[in-house]
Amino acid sequence: MKRRDFLRTTVPATLLPSILGGFSVRAFAGSPLMQALNSATLNDHVLILIQLNGGNDGLNTVIPLDQYTNLSQARSNILIPDTQVLALNGYTATGFHPSMSGMQQLFNDGKLNVIQGVGYPSPNFSHFRATDIWLTGSDANQVLATGWGGRYLNYEYPNFPTGYPNATMPDPLAIQIGSTVSMALQGPASSMGMAISDPTSFYNLINGVQDPAPNTNAGKELTYIRQVAQQSSLYSTVIMAAANNITQQSSMYPTAGTNSLADQLKIVARLIAGGLKTKIYMVNLGGFDTHSAQVDTTTTTGEHADLLSKLSEAITVFMDDTIFLNIEDRVLGMTFSEFGRRIVSNSSLGTDHGAAAPMFVFGKDVQSGILGSNPVIDPVVSTNDNLPMQYDFRSVYASVLQDWFCVPSTDLNSILLQNFQTLPIIQSTACANVGIHDLNQSAGINLISNYPNPFTSSTYISFTTAGGHTLVQIFDNEGHLIKTLADGEYAAGTYKLWFENENYSSGVYYARLQNGSVQQVRNMVISR
Amino acid sequence: MERRELLSETPQTKPQRQRFDSVARTMTGLAPYTGSWTIAEAKHLLKRTMFGSTKADINTFLTLGMSDSVDTHIELINHPAYTPPPDPVNNYDNLLTDPQCAAGLPWPFTPDTNNVTIYTYFYRMKSLKSWWISQMLNQSRSLREKMVLFWSNHFVVEFDIIDSSTYIYKYNSLLREYALGNFKEFTKQITLNCAMLKYLNGDKNTAAAPNENYARELQELFTIGKDSMGNPYYTEDDVREAARVLTGWRLDLTNGGSANGYNSYFMPTKHDAGNKQFSSFYGNAVITGQSGTAGANEIDDLMNMIFARNEVAEFVCRKLYRWFVYYEIDSATETNVIQPLANIFRTNNYEIAPVLSALFKSEHFYDVLNRACLIKPPVDFTVGLSREFEVGFPDNTDVIAQYASWDKLRSQSSNFQLNIGDPPNVAGFQAYYQEPSYHELWINSDTLPKRNQFTDRMSANGYTNYGQTILIDVVGYTETLTNPSDPIALIDEVLSYHYALDGTPLLEAYLLSILLSGQTSNYYWTNAWDDYIGDPTNTTYYNIVKSRLQSFYRYIMDLSEYQLS
Repeated sequence: MKRRDFLRTTVPATLLPSILGGFSVRAFAGSPLMQALNSATLNDHVLILIQLNGGNDGLNTVIPLDQYTNLSQARSNILIPDTQVLALNGYTATGFHPSMSGMQQLFNDGKLNVIQGVGYPSPNFSHFRATDIWLTGSDANQVLATGWGGRYLNYEYPNFPTGYPNATMPDPLAIQIGSTVSMALQGPASSMGMAISDPTSFYNLINGVQDPAPNTNAGKELTYIRQVAQQSSLYSTVIMAAANNITQQSSMYPTAGTNSLADQLKIVARLIAGGLKTKIYMVNLGGFDTHSAQVDTTTTTGEHADLLSKLSEAITVFMDDTIFLNIEDRVLGMTFSEFGRRIVSNSSLGTDHGAAAPMFVFGKDVQSGILGSNPVIDPVVSTNDNLPMQYDFRSVYASVLQDWFCVPSTDLNSILLQNFQTLPIIQSTACANVGIHDLNQSAGINLISNYPNPFTSSTYISFTTAGGHTLVQIFDNEGHLIKTLADGEYAAGTYKLWFENENYSSGVYYARLQNGSVQQVRNMVISR
Repeated sequence: MERRELLSETPQTKPQRQRFDSVARTMTGLAPYTGSWTIAEAKHLLKRTMFGSTKADINTFLTLGMSDSVDTHIELINHPAYTPPPDPVNNYDNLLTDPQCAAGLPWPFTPDTNNVTIYTYFYRMKSLKSWWISQMLNQSRSLREKMVLFWSNHFVVEFDIIDSSTYIYKYNSLLREYALGNFKEFTKQITLNCAMLKYLNGDKNTAAAPNENYARELQELFTIGKDSMGNPYYTEDDVREAARVLTGWRLDLTNGGSANGYNSYFMPTKHDAGNKQFSSFYGNAVITGQSGTAGANEIDDLMNMIFARNEVAEFVCRKLYRWFVYYEIDSATETNVIQPLANIFRTNNYEIAPVLSALFKSEHFYDVLNRACLIKPPVDFTVGLSREFEVGFPDNTDVIAQYASWDKLRSQSSNFQLNIGDPPNVAGFQAYYQEPSYHELWINSDTLPKRNQFTDRMSANGYTNYGQTILIDVVGYTETLTNPSDPIALIDEVLSYHYALDGTPLLEAYLLSILLSGQTSNYYWTNAWDDYIGDPTNTTYYNIVKSRLQSFYRYIMDLSEYQLS
């Protein structure tokens, strides 16, 4: 059953308001301060994480037009007509879903960056596990008890919640619009975030309105406790003050209740402009688990089109609002989803759980364009085939931490727990001391290739490195890391490696090169 | 007006009421409840009569039916004759060597060593309080332990200033012994209890130097009470004369290791043997002075005189009502509930059990308007949580860790403004007498975040003392539920046991979204749970369900609704 259906079928309309007051503001604090001052990296930058729950179908979001023929073999029943794909300035081979006109404009204005093929080795296809991997920043086979955002905030504000709020950080470190604080914000000792259970309740907080409680003694006491809950939140005063500082926002926002993501981002913009120093906001849009009815019989409409339309509209109006509120310089947004979807569509006009998918990063300070190349779709694709990763999602996190939150590269390891390359996503001016690195790969230069291909028993893989740490990995068609051929320091030059078929089944494999911020993926075929 | 009419009419004619100056009221009285007996009613009874409503208790009482459930509560059936629990022991040897009591052994009836270098009273008092918490945690299916706490708020002493560990032990034991017994005899026993004699200076009350402290509180706080304007019924002369009656009682500080030690005793030479003349309130009664050892009998005359007044039963019944039902007593409740209860109390010669039986079997008690309106008192909150979530505590192979874990609940309750054994003053905890707020005093901007902090921590890492941790085993507890694989069934069942209010569809949708991590298909939770059940040692599977269940239970306990019982 869909969530919407669940609500519709089980909630008599008259009962709906009764627990809207169930908002819980989570944050506890104690005494001293100073720790925050130790960090030289703090600036007024804010990160907005947009979680697309369910696993977004990347291939129908960022459409590889140069693969269209093979794509139409693999997913003819959901394929967007190429004539309707939205064109992107400077990238004739790639376009957006037709519902994303707002994001198309942002892209063409240089305020939207697309990162192709983001994933991680040996992807997990369980929503829960994959979500935890993305939120914690763990390896596929590793369980972490902290979130990547929580570790960052702990790095900046080491003793939280002891000593908070204080003069230098009077505001919540992170705010989650949602019923519970995301795992992403879990720090080593406590959650670094506070949750506002939903926009309606949050507006209630701002306006000091109580939802109705039953006209009984129980209702009377419930109302009393709710009032205390609001009054006693350590942060309610600063939040209400920030919200009340802003009386006018962009006129582009859709009617409240029609686009939940836009509603959430409207609150975020209001709080940022209202003066909160909060570093991270998390919002989400659910429903991307499009196993069926992803598209209508007309493939440009349907559930996925509606979702992308909301996503695009929400980000677009939010960006407009940041200009209106004069906070454009302070915000960077990022979308993520626990996985992409299969290359091959199913017979229910939908797609099943997949692997790598594109991410969007938006803001005035992004490096415009598309990072990475279009995924290569083979002429013959089987049901279980998945797109290979081009970039590790933790490289995106590392880039945001280094180039937006200005964390020194030497400290990234302590937050991400491994060494991940950073990517040219954010303009160097965002952190003045970070040099510009336009290392986006040059189209047409094959840095990694193999011969023979297809092969049966073995193949040579040649790669070109610019020097420094170089990694060559082999993935199978489901994204499992099956071999690491190179992982170390190399002098600049071209090298050859021998890859042997150790009884692998026939099919598509991927060779991936990572060298600094450059990476490239080569499709290989084992045949018998 | 029929209750049913009132119910169907009020909420609809006045929807979305924000102010509660005219909350729906009930006209129901003590007529026996004849409605359905479901989880809702059993839970309502248990959340009021015991510390939390555990699954096992709810299911037991569901089977028993309403009447037998209440009879079980007052120990009329399903209970052997009352015997005291095993004594508290020396759990403090790691901090202080007690010259009179070895580690692990019971300390009651051994002397305190209170001097400048060793002060055992403090440790023994903590031991007693921890032990008291354990009596609540491990309570039988009875009203007794809830009544012990009730009586400790009625016949108040403050442990802090008694300074004799055996006195406070015997005081606490007396509350437990008489918890469901005869109130009149109880009042006499408490009057002669060493802790009480010391607390209200009865031990200093002599013919030569009368001390009126106890005589006043006996009438004002323990039996007669005050009128509706807050003025005492008794006169100052009545205080003086009652004090004269009670002269001559002394404390036995010697003892010697027997249960007969640490008693009060009567010293005729300190007793005022003259006649005592009371006011018109007591019908101008005269208590004839007696000399010699017979002077000790005057207390019986005093009890008879006081208990002849109708106010005694009314006063105690109102206090019971505020403790167990709700703090507001309107004229309908006074007429339909308090007065009939007081009548039962008097006609049963002040036996407590028949009063409680009538109250808990009444249609008034089960009236939906009286449900879910009690703000959980601090001890109900801490001990109730531990019982309802079946929190495991250390066993007696390590009494240091065991008592420390119990004491954690005591100290948390104290943080929430109820320090057992130490009410703020002789009137007891303000939440039970301070108009107009009463129970709402438990919840303020200091205590509510602390309550949330406690539940947050109990649902996550818990509290560790001496290497042993108390916490909610969210996965283990969930495994005990009927059908945790189905998220809807899981939510329904958890709410049915833990919330006094019914879950609303919107709340349930929220909780579902937590279990589903924002996904839309219920089978994602089902698959995750079934994966874990199918391979319980797989840490990945375990952590997937654990992290979601922690968020799930934490959210349930953070909501304002959880504060109500």
